[in-house]
Amino acid sequence: MKDESKPILLAHGGGGRLTAELVDRMILPKFRNDTLSKLTDAAQLELESTSVSFTTDSFVVQPLEFPGGDIGKLAVCGTVNDLVVSGTRPVALSLGLIIEEGFDQNRLDTILASAAEAARQANVSIVAGDTKVVEKGAADGLFINTSGIGVRMKGANVGFDRIKPGDGILINGTLGDHGMTIMSLRKGIQFDSPIQSDCAVLSDLIGRLVDRLGEQIHFMRDPTRGGLAATLNEIVTATGLDLLIEETALPIQPTVQAAADMLGFDLLNIANEGKVVAVVAPDAVDRAMKIFRDHSLGRQAACVGRVNPRTEGAPNGLVEMVTRIGGRRIVQMPYGRDLPRIC
Amino acid sequence: MTLDLQTAFARMNEYCGKIGRPIQVMEVCGTHTVSIFRGGIRTLLPTAFKLLSGPGCPVCVTDQSYIDVVLKLVQRPDILIATYGDMIRVPGSAGSLETLGIRSVQVVVSSDDAVQLARKNPKKIVVFLAVGFETTAPATAVAIAEAERLELDNFCILCGHKLVVPAMNALLGGMNHRIDAFLCPGHVSVIIGSDAYRPVVERFGVPCVVAGFEPLQILSGLAEICQQLADKRPRVASVYQAVVTPQGNRTAQNLLTQYFEPYDGLWRGLGRISMGSLRLRSEFREYDAMARFGIEEVPGKEMPGCRCGQVLCGLIDPPECAMFAKVCNPDTPIGPCMVSSEGACSAWYKYGHSRSNPS
Repeated sequence: MKDESKPILLAHGGGGRLTAELVDRMILPKFRNDTLSKLTDAAQLELESTSVSFTTDSFVVQPLEFPGGDIGKLAVCGTVNDLVVSGTRPVALSLGLIIEEGFDQNRLDTILASAAEAARQANVSIVAGDTKVVEKGAADGLFINTSGIGVRMKGANVGFDRIKPGDGILINGTLGDHGMTIMSLRKGIQFDSPIQSDCAVLSDLIGRLVDRLGEQIHFMRDPTRGGLAATLNEIVTATGLDLLIEETALPIQPTVQAAADMLGFDLLNIANEGKVVAVVAPDAVDRAMKIFRDHSLGRQAACVGRVNPRTEGAPNGLVEMVTRIGGRRIVQMPYGRDLPRIC
Repeated sequence: MTLDLQTAFARMNEYCGKIGRPIQVMEVCGTHTVSIFRGGIRTLLPTAFKLLSGPGCPVCVTDQSYIDVVLKLVQRPDILIATYGDMIRVPGSAGSLETLGIRSVQVVVSSDDAVQLARKNPKKIVVFLAVGFETTAPATAVAIAEAERLELDNFCILCGHKLVVPAMNALLGGMNHRIDAFLCPGHVSVIIGSDAYRPVVERFGVPCVVAGFEPLQILSGLAEICQQLADKRPRVASVYQAVVTPQGNRTAQNLLTQYFEPYDGLWRGLGRISMGSLRLRSEFREYDAMARFGIEEVPGKEMPGCRCGQVLCGLIDPPECAMFAKVCNPDTPIGPCMVSSEGACSAWYKYGHSRSNPS
């Protein structure tokens, strides 16, 4: 139920009556589950294994709402995806809110609803939370922190040490959609065919991949900040192997490319929020591609390159790209100053 | 005309064979430099064909003295600096606008944004850092016209505009005799017209070929250059006919003549170039920050060890500089060619020295 536009007050974070009211009215109904409803100081969880994965991420995206999602959806997707690309099945999330005094309650309600919807899609419970309100000017609207824990997916065995020469490098769809959506909004650029963030939970897609291919999936990572270029460079730094990708194989939406050209960005460096880079054993590449393409989040999946052996005598590994005209260039680790507050 | 990939390479190889000696072609424009690296074009060229990056990146050719003037201006509490983005990262003698954390600097994407900034801040004097070649200078002229119309007395420019053809003359006239031909900039040529390069061809006998920025357009331009060198018939040609005419854009040219006059200004690395820079005509003195604040142009001191000047003249490749990729990298740039996204050092660092093209 929505009230007329009412601002969040400092007292909503004060731990008193207004806080309780906010939690009862706006938060509990959306995330209702047995653990959260007890409102204990700490959530108690029964896990099926003692080996758990644990991750945390803070979200400061600006603007808070964007085509394809908002900060609420992003905060859940981000942490869920960090778990699933590690071969982990998410079990529970925490959600911490830092709200600027004066923030519209209806807007907060909508953002929390999309966080709840994303959690439902990921089949994960939000079992702990916190609400703080800071003075006007001390935050930019709303910041969210989510942490998550999970247990290993059956059959999953991923890590840098499992990447081998000959492996295929796959991505489940187009590059840079999230980053360019945010940047275009910030620069006030509009397009005839609007672009939208790829923000999505990857649990189902990755669950299927691991379920069917198990140990043949050698490595996974979500190419968020720094984009595909950062993920590939992390691989060569950790393994010393060379990677070779093909420019013509990169899945790219023409409008997103146009936005990147206009603003002077390289889509290889731009953030994604619903993508996974999977390094797959050579004889499993075709099956992995089929699993991707049969899923709504993988229709434009592509095998973009392969892992090559270490170069004899070279001090470190290198990511190279065969360009559209058949030339070669290196793909560097982006230096991270281009895109502040993208997630 | 744009060739297909195979034809372009076949022609380049054939003509390079005919020429029978190594050739060096300078791409004058920073946008060409970036596109050449991003397309991996250097890895595909015949071995006898060497590309040199020229003085075509506006931030790179801006003299140290200009940066030092800016750093002096920002000390005044009544001044707001409006600038295109890359300029804030160029180090002056005491640091850059960015590292000094100066708050009175606004990054703008157009000269009109700078005028609007002056309107919105009537208590400040907005100084627009007007840099760039014939492509951005007309926009500066329009901004001044707009400031005149609005009767804004708190808007002025620090004029750092430069002209491309005088720099080409200066290079061939003494600084770098190794240049066999120029690949001429697409955008600048839209304004000045391809005929503007005729005097260069006539005086120095080098081909001047205008090309667009797509890899295939660039390769077509390079193939045309090879053909001219093989035939020993240098001339002005354009493989970018769709947008570049021999006469150029008269409206923009008239704006340049109306508001600016050429003079012997300072370029980084190239020194004073005869009629190579633009300054405001005396009737627009009130919009000239140098006149308004009584600043004299004093040659700046280059960063010790920085070889951007030689890079800009095509005398060395960036990796020949001892600081390249060591102390000077995109995170902590020392020289402007590493600062600017269109700089040769930045392009070389980001896309160059691949396994197949060790440099």
